[in-house]
Amino acid sequence: MKVKMLSRNPDNYVRETKLDLQRVPRNYDPTLHPFEVPREYMRALNATKLERVFAKPFLASLDGHRDGVNCLAKHPKSLATVLSGACDGEVRIWNLTKRKCIRALQAHEGFVRGICTRFCGTSFFTVGDDKTVKQWKMDGPGFGEEEEPLHTILGKTVYTGIDHHWKEAVFATCGQQVDIWDEQRTNPICSMTWGFDSISSVKFNPIETFLLGSCASDRNIVLYDMRQATPLKKVILDMRTNTICWNPMEAFIFTAANEDYNLYTFDMRALDTPVMVHMDHVSAVLDVDYSPTGKEFVSASFDKSIRIFPVDKGRSREVYHTKRMQHVICVKWTSDSKYIMCGSDEMNIRLWKANASEKLGVLTSREKAAKDYNQKLKEKFQHHPHIKRIARHRHLPKSIYSQIQEQRIMREARRRKYVLGHLTLSQYSFLTSLSQLTKNKQTKNLPFKGIVYVLLSPLEVFLKTSLGFFLFPVKRGEQ
Amino acid sequence: MSALRAEESLLALRQQEELEDLPKEYPLSTSEDEGDSDGERKHQKLLEAISSLDGKNRRKLAERSEASLKVSEFNVSSEGSGEKLVLSDLLEPGKTSSSLATVKKQLNRVKSKKTVELPLNKEEVERIHREVAFNKTSQALSKWDPIVLKNRQAEQLVFPLKKEQSAFAPIEHVLSGWKARTPMEQEIFNLLHKNKQPVTDPLLTPVEKASLRAMSLEEAKMRRAELQRARALQSYYEARARREKKIKSKKYHKVLKKGKAKKALKEFEKLQKVSPSAALEELEKIEKARMMERMSLKHQNSGKWAKSKAIMAKYDLEARQALQEQLARNKELTQKLQAASKSEEEEEGAEEEDELLVPDAVNEVRMNADGPNPWMLRNGPSEAEEVDIQKDPEQPPEPVAHEASESEGEENPVAEEEMLLKELEERRSLRKKPGLNQDAKPVGRRETKDSSSQEVLSELRALSQKLNKENHRSTKQKVSSARTVLPVQREEAADEEEEPMLLQRPERARTLDELEELGREGCFQDKEHPRPAVNGQWLERKPNNQPSAPKEKPKKEQMIDLQNLLSTKSPSVKSLAVPTTVEEWEDEEEKDQRQMIKEAFAGDDVIRDFLKEKREAVEASKPKDVDLTLPGWGEWGGVGLMPSAKKRRRFLIKIPEGPPRKDKNLPNVIINEKRNIHAAAHQVRERAPSGCLSLLPGSLAWEEGSSALGSRRMRDLDHRIKSVLVSLTGSEMNNSESTLLF
Repeated sequence: MKVKMLSRNPDNYVRETKLDLQRVPRNYDPTLHPFEVPREYMRALNATKLERVFAKPFLASLDGHRDGVNCLAKHPKSLATVLSGACDGEVRIWNLTKRKCIRALQAHEGFVRGICTRFCGTSFFTVGDDKTVKQWKMDGPGFGEEEEPLHTILGKTVYTGIDHHWKEAVFATCGQQVDIWDEQRTNPICSMTWGFDSISSVKFNPIETFLLGSCASDRNIVLYDMRQATPLKKVILDMRTNTICWNPMEAFIFTAANEDYNLYTFDMRALDTPVMVHMDHVSAVLDVDYSPTGKEFVSASFDKSIRIFPVDKGRSREVYHTKRMQHVICVKWTSDSKYIMCGSDEMNIRLWKANASEKLGVLTSREKAAKDYNQKLKEKFQHHPHIKRIARHRHLPKSIYSQIQEQRIMREARRRKYVLGHLTLSQYSFLTSLSQLTKNKQTKNLPFKGIVYVLLSPLEVFLKTSLGFFLFPVKRGEQ
Repeated sequence: MSALRAEESLLALRQQEELEDLPKEYPLSTSEDEGDSDGERKHQKLLEAISSLDGKNRRKLAERSEASLKVSEFNVSSEGSGEKLVLSDLLEPGKTSSSLATVKKQLNRVKSKKTVELPLNKEEVERIHREVAFNKTSQALSKWDPIVLKNRQAEQLVFPLKKEQSAFAPIEHVLSGWKARTPMEQEIFNLLHKNKQPVTDPLLTPVEKASLRAMSLEEAKMRRAELQRARALQSYYEARARREKKIKSKKYHKVLKKGKAKKALKEFEKLQKVSPSAALEELEKIEKARMMERMSLKHQNSGKWAKSKAIMAKYDLEARQALQEQLARNKELTQKLQAASKSEEEEEGAEEEDELLVPDAVNEVRMNADGPNPWMLRNGPSEAEEVDIQKDPEQPPEPVAHEASESEGEENPVAEEEMLLKELEERRSLRKKPGLNQDAKPVGRRETKDSSSQEVLSELRALSQKLNKENHRSTKQKVSSARTVLPVQREEAADEEEEPMLLQRPERARTLDELEELGREGCFQDKEHPRPAVNGQWLERKPNNQPSAPKEKPKKEQMIDLQNLLSTKSPSVKSLAVPTTVEEWEDEEEKDQRQMIKEAFAGDDVIRDFLKEKREAVEASKPKDVDLTLPGWGEWGGVGLMPSAKKRRRFLIKIPEGPPRKDKNLPNVIINEKRNIHAAAHQVRERAPSGCLSLLPGSLAWEEGSSALGSRRMRDLDHRIKSVLVSLTGSEMNNSESTLLF
């Protein structure tokens, strides 16, 4: 006779390590759990709330400069090292883990206009108001030695910016013209110019390394090719562009930080129209830097805030500000894509988390799994109004808030004016509601719906639509 | 004059002749032919001289008389001919020799050269340079397009994108500076060498290498997958065979056998058409099989029992009868199969007649809810039944559909079991269908039942039909409305400006309570801008078990409270409901489960609760009359004194009744026509937010939208659930510095 025995696979009831939770056998048949989705909704709601509760992005403030921080540079090899140049000509090197300044040197007289590190991380370059380009060693001088630059190049004009090639011993400066320098020579290899205004910033393309982009005071963005030693193309915007930044993952995409409060992302092959206009700032945008993932970028503005934009979105996903932070002049995204540094007017460098509510430090696998699960839940239920409302809420200082409102009103007014064309409000005595006069379907979706502009002559009502003017006879009494 | 000229020419001729006598110290012309044709030329000249003698004034062409090496172009004149003499024309008559061609070309070139244009100004040149350079660069850049596109569309990106191989030192490098010293090591190496074991190279024997070469990883994987599939198929088949073997239902086997016979017949017919000879053979085989069958049968009166009976038959009437029966059975068995099938059909017909009495809904009720609490059933009406319900109104196309499904089933080997089940289900439904159509027909057996049950039945039938129709219509309407509405809204969304991703306020929300407040605020905002709720749409997009769904769903699917509406629960209904084969198939476990649920909810009367709820809802939705009577106004008031009826009538303001409720005729549904604000706060807006790609079919959100992301499922979908961007801390850096900053 065959005796049947119970035999179970221990994998089904024994936990893998003693750190795991005890296994509870469970039937996952969805029909047995009709309330699974409501439960997940609640989980998503809670996760969203917790995300907002734990959204504390500010990490540290590095103080030590005695004047406004004018430029920042990342160390290409060490995540914890950051260089900053101030308006008094001082350059400081910081250790982020210790949050301390590890070296300070008086590099220039007047502003340090630009700073960049060499791709190998052994030295860095600075340009200043004293018409010099200086190369410095990354390590400090030995005991008893004097702090001296490795090389100094005396120029004829002021240099306003500098950037180093990503692979070769070549760097570029800008000022009156864009100069390409060999590190070993005291004269530029080639100078490129297009127009006569001074150029405020120059950036090497990180992928196609022979490409350069620059922006000038005459509202231009000019692209250059280093190999062919010619400018390639220029685009003229409404207002001056302060700086540009290339997307590190997409060779032909760059973003320009403009004085008209907006950022413009361009495809360099088609400069006629920007790929995306990013707006949310309420004052001039001074600096922009891409995340190394190429999916987001951070912008610093004169309105005392920094914002994080997804590349493909026109609006920011995050805004950072503190009471004491003044006009933010420079901003950098660290190369592990987790932190953001910004240098501002009031002499401090601030360190922020790129994801406001991210938990720092090493996560256990369970924590990681929970994080992923919560993230997914938030994504799944993101359009539910309750959740959306909570996820979208951000605190803003009153000044920025009121400016936003003001600008919204201004924009509205401008749009109305634009739609009206040459007819301006002041010419007409009053407004009446369109809905009382007519129920014209075509006007329903137009932005100026509900408003009719009436001539002083009592018999006609002009309504301008995209199709032209319609005339409505109106009796005086109806007005 | 002319005579004088003629004389001159003659003189010249003479001179020429003299010249000819001179030794040829210099060539007259470059070609020798000319020398040969001298005579002719002289003759020509002579002719000319003579012809000029006739006094007509002929123009004389200027001629070069002197041959010289240097030919000046100025000597050539074109007097007389109206055209301009071109230098190249002079060279024309001579046969085109190569040397002349080159000269001509040169001359042509000289002639065609124009003045050199002014060089472009610097700006123009620069512009052209720039344009060329830009075109070149943008072409070069477009090589990144596919990569960029891939990155953009990737569901997950793990940074750094290309992993650097951690630098392994190859074993040769490690071993190169090392030698076997101790005797044991030496011995080991000797052994290794003897067996052709590799010492340095990647640690693979030649055999292993060969095997590696023989099959690539992909091939191996493919092969493994194939084998797996084959095994799975085999196991399915085995399981199926086992299951089929276990089936005790005689009916099933009968059906199976019949099916096989039919199939064989069909094949035979086909064969007949294709090749008659083969068909003949086949026929013989069939005949033989039949004969064998016949011989083997025990109804031939040749068994022990039959023989004994035959002996007894002389004296015993019963025995004789038994024998006759046996013989009749024998005849029956040895007859052709068709006859048998006919008789069976008749039997079925009889069954059908039985069922004619039973309307659809009753059967369903019995199927679904043979317990007191049908709410607790695990599944609603099974899928097939639902299909039936929907298809009822349109009967004609049904058989076709069934056939289609059958053929599909045959194609899919795995789904064969399912097909069988389906077949049975179909049979059942087919049997039921006539009941719906023919209910107007008087049925003979009805008279036998008592009159009350008849009434009940007719009522039920009518109700069920109505319900079916209504269901059908409402679903149709829903779908169509959703379809018409959607595109319009899409357009609207496109028109709308992109709304800011953040909702920036000067207030802070730091605690959970504050956040909760925020959420509420959100719904109030919603209230301020009420949108017409498109119910159908919402229902459509709503996942099956969404927060508010579980409350409504079961109510909608309930057909059973009909049972409750009827005050008497007729026992005849139960007896009439036909036991179906499906039930036989039900697993023991399922029965147990059902039993358990039944017991657990034995006390609850869910249906009654529902009815009560509905009554309350109806009451609540009715407009209330306003009573404006003031007790004590114009008459005495106090405890126990009521205002007079007249007064009450006078001051009662009746509010006209609103439109009829939509669920008035649906006994099993409560339709709430008011939008529930509390629920609205948690419902997605009907319109997909602009630029919301996640709602497009094919995306992950689409797939998962209707179901929960259970923790188990999460494990299955792990690769997708992981965050979209995974950046490995510090691995972007080349050095191994610990890069966890904090």
